[in-house]
Amino acid sequence: MTETEKRPGAAEEGPREPGFLLPELVAHLRELRTPLRQEWATRITDAHLLSSMTAQEVFSEATSVYDNYVEVLETGSVEALKRYARDLSERIIPRGVETHEVIGIVLLLRDVLARSLFEKYHQEFELLNRVLDAYEPAANRIANTVAVSFVEERERVIRQQQDSLLELSTPVLQVRERLLILPIIGVLDDTRARQLTEQLLGGIRNHRAKVVVVDITGVADVDQAVANSLVQTVDASRLMGAEVIITGLSSKIAQTLVTIGVDLNKMRTVGDLQGGIEEAERQLGFRVTRPADAQP
Amino acid sequence: MPSRESPGTAEPLRVSILAQGTNLIVSIHTALDDSQMTRLQQDLIDQVGRQRSRGIIVDVSTLDVLDSFATRTLTQLAHVARLRGAETVIVGIAPEVAIAMVQLSMQMNFVHTALDLEEGLQLLGELTGAPEIAPDEGRSGE
Repeated sequence: MTETEKRPGAAEEGPREPGFLLPELVAHLRELRTPLRQEWATRITDAHLLSSMTAQEVFSEATSVYDNYVEVLETGSVEALKRYARDLSERIIPRGVETHEVIGIVLLLRDVLARSLFEKYHQEFELLNRVLDAYEPAANRIANTVAVSFVEERERVIRQQQDSLLELSTPVLQVRERLLILPIIGVLDDTRARQLTEQLLGGIRNHRAKVVVVDITGVADVDQAVANSLVQTVDASRLMGAEVIITGLSSKIAQTLVTIGVDLNKMRTVGDLQGGIEEAERQLGFRVTRPADAQP
Repeated sequence: MPSRESPGTAEPLRVSILAQGTNLIVSIHTALDDSQMTRLQQDLIDQVGRQRSRGIIVDVSTLDVLDSFATRTLTQLAHVARLRGAETVIVGIAPEVAIAMVQLSMQMNFVHTALDLEEGLQLLGELTGAPEIAPDEGRSGE
């Protein structure tokens, strides 16, 4: 062993060695496909990983991963594995499989295969060393690829959900001809304030609105930037020929508005949504009356 | 063509000024440069005097940019026209234009704005009280 390390040609020979060791390794793993796969699946079950899947499912996924694994070792290309991992993640994320489980099973497979290599080469220590030299970087790369694919897929799902949440978070509703309401609930941050502006101005144009009631009862507090953007939105709406009535200002928001020095002549506010709608109806010339016979 | 050639300018004004009742209607289709903008303002004010107009509507709905010079010229136009007895309404400011104007704090004081031409005409009717442009059923009996 020491002889090998000290040989000056060792550095050049090093990269060549995996070249003939890997095929041997792959042949070995192919040969033992059935028992290794079985052992892996058993160890997954023993470790209580993938508990949301049935034993059968675990076994069939384990088979696919095993085959992909060996293929990566053989070809050195992780592309196919990446695709498979993404596909797998897409299937198992909705079932509540966690990141630690995915990383856990890949590491288990690595251990199972490494054990089998130990078993095969334990007589020849030096050969074992070289086999592991060839095996370990590839195995680590595979573990990395699978984990990254899983996390990426998760992030993609999260982004998608965020987008759809954002889309739903600022509804523009028409309550009367030329009267819109925008109920805002939750935290009003920069992104949502910008979205509010877009939705409101777009809504004015699409619905030919003349009065818009923006109800912010559900917003506890805003920072100065958002308060400013609120004032700007009101101004921009006026440029488009529509009046904005803001209702449900919390005391904190009212204070913020006063602090940034809002022009109270330009800002119409009414205490609550009902008052806002009544004011808007008055402005548009609607009169809501109860039929005479329905009066209490 | 009601637009008049100013002495010394070869190019004709690319905006037509239409008279409808007591109103003048202008639709700006392409971005006008500063001199064209000034000429439009001049022509409009001349027409207000000649036609005894009570209102001016400037439609900017096809513009995706309204720069500070145009904004100032339109504001000035509104002020001068008011001194000559006409109200000015800018109609059709696009959402992107509106927010850009506000963010650049371009003020349009004493200028009325409306959603589109129809709204603008109705607003002018309310402002000037001219009977023929107030077909709104709620007000016709006045």
